[in-house]
Amino acid sequence: MTLVEAIAEARRSDDFGPVVERIPYMAWMGIEMRVEDGSVRGLMKHSDMLIGNYVHRALHGGTLGALLESTAVFELLYSAEAESLPRIVNITIEYLRSGKDTDTHARAFVEKLGRNVANVRAIAWQADEAKPVAAAHCHFLV
Amino acid sequence: MSEAKTIVERFQERFAEAIPYNRALGLQIESIAPDRVFARLPWRENLVGHPETRILHGGAISASMDAICGASVFVALKQAMRIATLDLRIDYLRPAAPDEDVICEATCYRITEKVAFTRGLAHQGDPADAVAAVAGTFMLFRGQGGDLGEKLREPR
Repeated sequence: MTLVEAIAEARRSDDFGPVVERIPYMAWMGIEMRVEDGSVRGLMKHSDMLIGNYVHRALHGGTLGALLESTAVFELLYSAEAESLPRIVNITIEYLRSGKDTDTHARAFVEKLGRNVANVRAIAWQADEAKPVAAAHCHFLV
Repeated sequence: MSEAKTIVERFQERFAEAIPYNRALGLQIESIAPDRVFARLPWRENLVGHPETRILHGGAISASMDAICGASVFVALKQAMRIATLDLRIDYLRPAAPDEDVICEATCYRITEKVAFTRGLAHQGDPADAVAAVAGTFMLFRGQGGDLGEKLREPR
C-alpha cells in the first residue's frame, strides 16, 4: 500500500495509527494521532529522551515543536482531506509554559484552506487544555 | 591534574551530550566562535518525516535549531544565567537531501536586559543553499545562576 492509499484508508476508518507508524520520526518520538470529537488529537507519550532541562525535568522545547507540527499535518490529512503529507513552508513556535515530564496533548485548527496554502494553528497542553505549554502557527503547501 | 577543556569540549559534553534530547538527536558541536555556534546533526533513519522521499521531519530540524540558537545565547552571555526559548520561527527553504548530515549554525546578534535575539541556518554544506532559516528569541533570567550556564563557563 502506498502512503497515499494508507492515508485514504485512515480517513475512511478514522484510524491514523498505520500512517503514523510509517513515519520514522513520529514512531521514534512516541507521537500518536487519534481522531476524537471530529478532530485530530496528538499525543506525545513521555519518555526520558524528551527532557531538555535535567535539573527541572522540563521537556526540550524542540519536542513540543515536533508535536505541534505533526498535529497540524494530521489535522490537514483528516479535515482538509489532503491526499499526501502536506509540505510545511514555515512555523512559528511560541513557548508559553515549561513542559513537565509527563504526556503532552495537542490539537490543531485549520484557519484557512486556500487552493495553494493552508494556515494552521496548534496548541499543546499537559494537565489542563486551558493552560497550554506551547502554541504554533504554520503554513503548508497543499 | 586535568587539562582545561576547550569551549567546544565543554559544549559537547555539558550541552550536546548531557541534555537528554540533544543527545537523542545526536547533535555534535563542531566549532564555536564568539558570535557563532556550528553543530552537526548526523543523518539518521529515525529522523525521517516522509517514508517515500526520506526527507527529514521538520521537527528534527526545528529542535536542533532551537538547541543551537540557545547555545549561541550561552556563548554570547557575559554571566551565567537561566534562559528559556520565547519563540522560534523556521522557514523551510528546501527539503533536506536524504543520507546527508545537516549543519546547524546560529548567532546571537543582540542581548538586552531580558531578551536575547538569535538567527541561524540549517544547511548541508552550502549556507547559500540552506534547508531552513531560523529566528529565535530567548528570555534571560538574570540573577538566576543556572546550573547549565555555570557548567558551560567553567573551563574544568
